[in-house]
Amino acid sequence: MSEEIIHTRIWQEEPEPDNAFAAASCHCHGYDVYGDLLVHASWIEYLFLLFRGESPSPAQARLLEGLALALANPGPRDAAVHAAMCGGVGGSTSASCLMAALAVGAGASGGAREVRLAMENGLARGTDMTLWQTSLAAKPVDDPADVWPAPGHPPGFDPHGVHCTKPVLQTLAYLAGLDCGLSLPWLQAHRPLLESAAGLPLAMPGVAAAALLDLGFTPAQGEMLHLLLRLPGAAVHALEQKDYGHKNFPFFRAELENDPGPAGAGLKTEDKS
Amino acid sequence: MKGPQLLEEYVGRLATRMGAFFPGERAVFRGHDLHASLKDLDWLELYLFGITGRRYTPQQMKVLHAIGNFTSYPDARIWNNRVAALAGTARSTGSLGIAAALAVSEAQIYGRGVDLRASEFLTRARNRVDAGEDLADLVRAELKRQRGIAGYGRPITSADERIAPMMALVREHGLDGGPHLKLAFEVERILLAGRWRMRMNYGALAAALAADFGLSPREFYLFSIPAFLAGMPPCYLEAAEKPAGLLFPLPCRVMLYEGVSRRQWRR
Repeated sequence: MSEEIIHTRIWQEEPEPDNAFAAASCHCHGYDVYGDLLVHASWIEYLFLLFRGESPSPAQARLLEGLALALANPGPRDAAVHAAMCGGVGGSTSASCLMAALAVGAGASGGAREVRLAMENGLARGTDMTLWQTSLAAKPVDDPADVWPAPGHPPGFDPHGVHCTKPVLQTLAYLAGLDCGLSLPWLQAHRPLLESAAGLPLAMPGVAAAALLDLGFTPAQGEMLHLLLRLPGAAVHALEQKDYGHKNFPFFRAELENDPGPAGAGLKTEDKS
Repeated sequence: MKGPQLLEEYVGRLATRMGAFFPGERAVFRGHDLHASLKDLDWLELYLFGITGRRYTPQQMKVLHAIGNFTSYPDARIWNNRVAALAGTARSTGSLGIAAALAVSEAQIYGRGVDLRASEFLTRARNRVDAGEDLADLVRAELKRQRGIAGYGRPITSADERIAPMMALVREHGLDGGPHLKLAFEVERILLAGRWRMRMNYGALAAALAADFGLSPREFYLFSIPAFLAGMPPCYLEAAEKPAGLLFPLPCRVMLYEGVSRRQWRR
């Protein structure tokens, strides 16, 4: 019976002479990983190479590095980091903390799905302000056949924001100043008009989407990268809450609106809740 | 109210009609005492009650149980099960492997993605047919729009071994007369008569039955999340019991490199 194969355009290995299951050399998109990249490339350059298949220009490497730093830790108030801390505080496994951060940070409200949708919008609308204004004025449409719930707000904007926050402005200004692509400078120049059309301030996923487009990533690649790049903060906050312990972690107050009371209640065939 | 004022309203409290536990005292589940009035529900009944707030007849519960049972295959080659098994061979934990395998089951070509789209199509088609539209026209329009109909055709093989035993069970319990089920078979007849040659698969059958029992597409999607679960622990367990690394070991030669030629990084 012939062996089944795995096709790949990314990775090439040569086995050790005495062991078919151990690689003697690994090449990534043609580059020798341990004989060349390890010595001459940075982590962020290697990350770019993995996704794009080409080495980044110095400007692209600086932009990806800046984006990675901006996204690395959204802080404990972020829902994905909160989820990771829920794992940490109970002594859950490290992987489960990161899986929790990935699951929550995947979402269309503040997460990787929002970045993907914002990138798709960026590709479809380009720098056509009229198209942006018309599209932003329309409410996002719910697709009942999609496993992703509708985001409820235009991707890239803060649904509860008052004005564009200082970290978002600082990130946008720095990344746009790296002069790498058209999306970030255009976003920087037209932010007030876009915010006016959306009725909401620009948020970090909007900046991340523009940066990822300028780096030449597809929306699917941008979604993956956003998931990856936000994991460091989730990891350290999960570890920190494990140290603090559950007695120092919020449990919050429940206000049960249909409490049957200590005596219980009979089960009806239909609960209107 | 909106913006930060709206958020302030929700700080530190959970307003809910779904439930809460009172430490050392009791737990409430959708307005009912979990340990008193819900104590006789089996696990799937409770799970469904949590999703829909409704109860189902004993006959419907038999079929709803079978929907999961008939598709729980302890075959570690299947992609989602393979995740659980790889966790075993890599000496990861059961929870991590099985949780990841369940997450992977939300796929586009099988599992939860198909469930939701199949249910949405069948419920939408039924509403339109009831309103006087022609089902064949709806099928053609859907094929044009989506290049396929969720629940029809199948990756790997066109035959579906789950259909006959499920239909036998459905007939046994007198539940084979529902409008969504009839419509699902009618869609298959249209697809087989045309040039598409697609048979109904288990996804459409399960979606049709659940729709006949009153589950909305979103409710059916949530109900289906553990559908493959029973097949996963055996995959994990066997891989974990064998010596580490023996599940699907891959020699270097199985990778067929199709990328660019060797080159040197800039100095």
